[in-house]
Amino acid sequence: MEIRSKEFKERAVFAIHDASLQQALGKARGGFVGKRAQQAAELPEFEQLREEAKNTKNHILDNLDHYLERYEAAVTAAGGHVHWARDAKEARKIILDICKRVDAKTVTKGKSMVSEEIGLNEALIEHGMEVVETDLGEYIIQLAHEPPSHIIAPAVHKTKDQVSDLFEAAHGGPRKTEVADLVNEARRVLRDKYFRADVGITGGNFLVAETGSSIIVTNEGNGDLTQTLAKVHIVTSGIERVVPTLDDATLFLRLLARSATGQETETYTTISTGPRRADDIDGPEEYHVVLVDNGRSKMLGGRFKDMLRCIRCGACMNHCPVYGAVGGHAYGWVYPGPMGSVLTPLIKGLDNAYDLPNACTLNGRCASVCPVKIPLPDLLRELRHMQHQQDITPAMQRRALKVWRYIATRPKLYHALEQVGARFLSAIAKDGSIRRLPLASGWTDVRDLPAPAGRTFLELWQGKRGQK
Amino acid sequence: MSAAMNARDAILGSVRNALRRGPLDDARRAELDARRPRHTRPAQDEDLVARFVRKFESRAGTTQRVASRADVPAAVEAYRTAMGLPARAVVGAALQDLSWPAGLEVHHGAAGISETMSVSQALAGIAEPGSLMMASGPASPITHNFVPDDHVVVLDAGAIVGHFEEAWEILRARPEGMPRATNIISGPSRTADVEQTIQLGAHGPRRVHVILVG
Repeated sequence: MEIRSKEFKERAVFAIHDASLQQALGKARGGFVGKRAQQAAELPEFEQLREEAKNTKNHILDNLDHYLERYEAAVTAAGGHVHWARDAKEARKIILDICKRVDAKTVTKGKSMVSEEIGLNEALIEHGMEVVETDLGEYIIQLAHEPPSHIIAPAVHKTKDQVSDLFEAAHGGPRKTEVADLVNEARRVLRDKYFRADVGITGGNFLVAETGSSIIVTNEGNGDLTQTLAKVHIVTSGIERVVPTLDDATLFLRLLARSATGQETETYTTISTGPRRADDIDGPEEYHVVLVDNGRSKMLGGRFKDMLRCIRCGACMNHCPVYGAVGGHAYGWVYPGPMGSVLTPLIKGLDNAYDLPNACTLNGRCASVCPVKIPLPDLLRELRHMQHQQDITPAMQRRALKVWRYIATRPKLYHALEQVGARFLSAIAKDGSIRRLPLASGWTDVRDLPAPAGRTFLELWQGKRGQK
Repeated sequence: MSAAMNARDAILGSVRNALRRGPLDDARRAELDARRPRHTRPAQDEDLVARFVRKFESRAGTTQRVASRADVPAAVEAYRTAMGLPARAVVGAALQDLSWPAGLEVHHGAAGISETMSVSQALAGIAEPGSLMMASGPASPITHNFVPDDHVVVLDAGAIVGHFEEAWEILRARPEGMPRATNIISGPSRTADVEQTIQLGAHGPRRVHVILVG
């Protein structure tokens, strides 16, 4: 997928004025937040589990090479194949080669963010294959020719009306308007695809070194039909998703559904270990895992190591006021919201995503709900620092910062200017607020600026001390 | 193959480089292999069967209890008639020995696209989230769990454990090792992808009915 994060500002403005999008976002907002809070409140051990999850992920990352090697050996012992991909291009080639070898015509897909990250669909379609997304949300956006706008609810930006239109255009009429009828229609259309599929591609929520298994978690069962009915099952996963044992996977499973959709559990947790066995009467004949690095191993060594703990639950975006206002597409690449604002610049380059680390109020809600305690605001601030050091920050802003530093390190000058400013703003205010302010139209075009009291804080403070 | 080996070595090398060390020595590896995590398990103070039933039903699953395995075919037949389903079922070979009613057309193969009802034997129940644990194999094919609209699952009341970790011990104790597919199932298939409205029967079974035995 082409990165369009440079257009963040334009896309954000567009999103705010998109009535359908605002309607869809409004419906989603309360649901996720409320349900997660309820689940967290109902589990007394929740905070303890978050702490253990953080520590366990850190242990895994510190020994990642060992667990990856153990995982690879266990997959091989179970009759599966492990492939290693340094970057998106290598990953695409590995998967394309498998598909071509088995002469794949139809490829079904369970939800996989890594496959979005490596731009897999475009590559398969280019080679003449029919690619069918089977997660209902992914299916909807595939019909709309759009990327996902949320990592666990890819079509969260679509209203029911829009889905009705898309289905009518793709499947013919009569137009369905009830959710039940829309879901049934997708079920009927996709059934046929599962049974015809040559290759089924899924993600992997966890890769278990102990058993050589991949684990996927879904509510719909689409991932299971995808990986069961196709002749070949391919798992795409980041190298950081390995866990040592089933018991470690359990720790994260207890946090994942609660943090993601606000459920105690998702409907299906499936542990897949190798291909169909000699006496099996169903299941895929081949089982492949593509381990994708794509910048992850580099992240491991620096200040962004914490980001590799991410279990892709989406809680950070569900709780982000910026995401809640503009939706996922404004972010311009695969991963939106706070986790995306950290990952996108690290994977796609700092200069390709300048606005993302800055599109954050540092309110800290994301960090407070993250099941693996990633300090997202700290990482975003660190990215801003790096942008400044690498001269990516706009020249105007850099000059302004220099002026600021000059003034802020000279207290007398600072106080004098502050007095001028406070009196000026107070003088131009009407009824306690300022409607229009030169050089600050970005603020005053859309809302009033509250006016200061006319005297600075220090003046007021000294006045009070004088009274005593 | 050499390109693939290069990618593997390059990635592992890059990981070690980032961690500022070479490959781990044998002593450290043995230590990691011997690691047996004891993560916090959510407290439970409820009867296992009662908790399983309560949790499973809270996710739109249905349950009934019968005294013995011999009662299963009649319970399946009663469910089928109540649902108004055609008189045929795909039954896991693990339940082959039961006396299925003469009027019910039964086969033990994989579930095909037009299959309406399946009957499977669960390996265990997990009371913590109220989930079934199914192990795939010739006696319990995986298609039975996902293809038909109605999935009836036979679960021995004595096979319900408290936490996930105890269920994993059951898998580890199997002489044949890990099943190819282990499905943890918590009620019927569902989606909330259209305007966050929960709709059952997205892609998997629309209904999951558990017959508890014993």
